[in-house]
Amino acid sequence: MKFRLLPVVAAAALLAACSTASEDAGSKTATGNTAPTTAGKAGPVAGSVEEFKVVVGDRVLFGFDQYNLSAEGQAVLKNQAAWLNKYTKYSVVVEGHADERGTREYNLALGERRANSVKAFLAAQGVKADRLKVVSYGKERPECGDSTEACWAKNRRGVSVLQ
Amino acid sequence: MMKSVRQMSLRRMGAALFGLAVAGVALAAAVAPQTARAEVKIDITRGKVEPMPVAIPDFAGPGEAGRFGGDVASVITADLERSGLFAPINKAAFIQDLPSLDTQPRFADWRTINAQLLVQGVVEPQPDGRLRLAFRLWDIYGGEQMKGQAYVTQPENWRRVSHIIADEIYKRVTGEDGYFDTRVVYVAESGPATKRVKRLAIMDQDGANHHYLSDGSNMVLTPRFSPTAQEITYMSYYNGMPRVYLLNIDTGRQELLGDFPGMTFAPRFSPDGNKVVMSMAKDGNSELYDMDLRTRRTSRLTNHPAIDTSPSYSPDGQQIVFNSDRGGAQQLYVMDAQGNNVRRISFGDGRYATPVWSPRGDLIAFTKMKGGEFYIGVMRPDGTGERMLSNGFLMEGPTWAPNGRVLMYYRQEANGAAPQLFSIDLTGFNERRLVTPQGSSDPAWSPLLP
Repeated sequence: MKFRLLPVVAAAALLAACSTASEDAGSKTATGNTAPTTAGKAGPVAGSVEEFKVVVGDRVLFGFDQYNLSAEGQAVLKNQAAWLNKYTKYSVVVEGHADERGTREYNLALGERRANSVKAFLAAQGVKADRLKVVSYGKERPECGDSTEACWAKNRRGVSVLQ
Repeated sequence: MMKSVRQMSLRRMGAALFGLAVAGVALAAAVAPQTARAEVKIDITRGKVEPMPVAIPDFAGPGEAGRFGGDVASVITADLERSGLFAPINKAAFIQDLPSLDTQPRFADWRTINAQLLVQGVVEPQPDGRLRLAFRLWDIYGGEQMKGQAYVTQPENWRRVSHIIADEIYKRVTGEDGYFDTRVVYVAESGPATKRVKRLAIMDQDGANHHYLSDGSNMVLTPRFSPTAQEITYMSYYNGMPRVYLLNIDTGRQELLGDFPGMTFAPRFSPDGNKVVMSMAKDGNSELYDMDLRTRRTSRLTNHPAIDTSPSYSPDGQQIVFNSDRGGAQQLYVMDAQGNNVRRISFGDGRYATPVWSPRGDLIAFTKMKGGEFYIGVMRPDGTGERMLSNGFLMEGPTWAPNGRVLMYYRQEANGAAPQLFSIDLTGFNERRLVTPQGSSDPAWSPLLP
């Protein structure tokens, strides 16, 4: 459970360094493309939803009113695509989300844009389009309820949910 | 769930409604005008007006019917007070008792308590079980009847008739149509911000007769009334597929609108009720479409890689104002209803959103985001005359009262607080919260009820 709160980009690096969660989990210094290692005894089962969430990273973050993918985001999605190409039994619903600093209808459109950025990138990495669906939640499903920059940054996200 | 709405068939005109015109005229003629005087009138186009003192005694009535008398007066009093244009006088100050509609007001008594207007009314049972509600509106200083009207209706309609009477008073004094006999549909919100439950809810404009139209199992957003107030178009996440739906309030029947390959959202009726205009998003691009509700044909109105959303028709149905970031950031654009002649109308600092054309046609209300704050404002359809009415941490989604003089919208404070509905006069004064059982957002104001 604790792992779900980690910034995605940090997850892979963290696991490479240590097989258990640590207090510095919030570090933003991850490079995002650390060579994967075999998960330790406490790690999730290979090919599991848990592994996708925790090891691969299930989300990318966006800038304010942006839908382009950052270098960090692209690194996460490359890992997602590699994983999805390996475990082909899963399909993905990409959720697009926005922060609360916009209007409801516009943010629905913005979330759809973000979800499609993720979908297009995964498809370009070889994930078959028929395994990829998108849904926008606009600003209606924030992950973080506070009105702070840190929270808003977490809420501007594209999340790949395995089906 | 819909039953109470069904019962609202109110015969407003025609055989069931007996005008007081004859009696009123005779009565007024019996009172000699005391002095030459100016017409009692509130000019609602001015900025802050001094509310006009009005005395509204309990409507008189015998026995069983009489119990409605105080309630009727309370509803009228609350409507007029909330408009900000009237100042109801405390009943404890009243000197004269008015046991019937034929009791002549002693104008000196009402002048003593500084009343400028007096609403005299009765509630009388009819042999067939219905109620007759009648009132006279008096100009205290002129000593004249300004309006007299009677309504016969089923007892359960007493509240609606009270709103109709308040509308008559508002119209007689301001020269503008009222907006009290209306309803509001909105999104009721409960639970924490991260797990909020959103349900459709409907109520009278004063918050009475509140009920839910959906159970919260599917997230719903942005309900809007049809011009007859019989139907609502809204967005639902039913089956995980965000789409625009149509709901008949009377029958409870709902249906998916259109067969679109992507998310549909931001729906609104055309003023004639024949079409719904909405956004459809696919592959990262949203465009505006309209759908003819009779032929079910859809047509695309915009063709641009930018976000195009929040469409709203002009009251003549000839134009559509909408929100687009085609210029780089959210701005307001107007086009003709077929999608041609697109022109930008907002040019101020900041981002503009949720444009809604006034039912009078003279203004467009919008949400503006600037400097970390949200504003509700209005501008003319050509973009001139921009004026802010209110601002706060987060506020959006204005909707017009049918007379185009009052706006409702929702406000939300920081850190996941539940949103709340507010109304404000077009002048920017008289901002009032509309209390709802839970959090509340996305209000849509109905037309005057048919």
